[in-house]
Amino acid sequence: MVTPSRVVVGAHYGWRDWLSQRVTAVVMALYTLLVGVLLLWHGGLDYAAWKGTLDSQMFRLATFIFMASLLWHAWVGVRNITMDYLKPPALRLCVEVGVIAALVAYAGWTIQILWGHG
Amino acid sequence: MAALDRPVVKPRPVYLNLFAIRLPLPGFVSILHRASGALLFLIGIPLLLCVAQRAYGSADGWAQVRGAFANPLVKLLAIVLAWAYLHHLLAGIRHVIMDLHIGIELPAARQSAALVFVLAILLTIVVAVRLW
Repeated sequence: MVTPSRVVVGAHYGWRDWLSQRVTAVVMALYTLLVGVLLLWHGGLDYAAWKGTLDSQMFRLATFIFMASLLWHAWVGVRNITMDYLKPPALRLCVEVGVIAALVAYAGWTIQILWGHG
Repeated sequence: MAALDRPVVKPRPVYLNLFAIRLPLPGFVSILHRASGALLFLIGIPLLLCVAQRAYGSADGWAQVRGAFANPLVKLLAIVLAWAYLHHLLAGIRHVIMDLHIGIELPAARQSAALVFVLAILLTIVVAVRLW
């Protein structure tokens, strides 16, 4: 029987979520390592050095892939939390819509920061 | 069949007293994984974007952000978020390793949980020392 809560949580996303949570995690771990190496390379937080790094298209792309992974990862993780703790389907749906809206806004904001300056 | 033959049905749902539960160490690391993830979503991501926008925008913005870190409350927040990131990262690495069926026996799982917990705190101390 399809109950209202069943309609809200959907189905068949388990394997895809499990895999995407791990793939995005590995991407973020690699980027973290890259930033750590750059931090040592630049010898700290010097504006000119970091501006130079961020101005390179390759690093911007890497940063964008990191942020996309982060936002996707956050969606899977936050939805795991809403599925565990928010039982009324209407409340869960409202919170999840709010989370999606925030994540989409963050994605736009990321693009603006990375490529908005020209 | 008489009703008396059936086992007594326990009242459901069961409400757990969270403060009476003593979590084993792997469970403790696991709930901190979730809590740190929630913290990173609620505060970490928006703050990261705010700071990145200001700092990347201009040399003045960069200096402003660096100046903000003189405030002890900002330092404290940065240290809490650094711990959340490090704990989440290390607990996640442990998770993926266990997905590969490595270290899933109880003694090994307890040891790796302790390692994640301690290592995250030690690395956070390194960050805190660098900040202060």
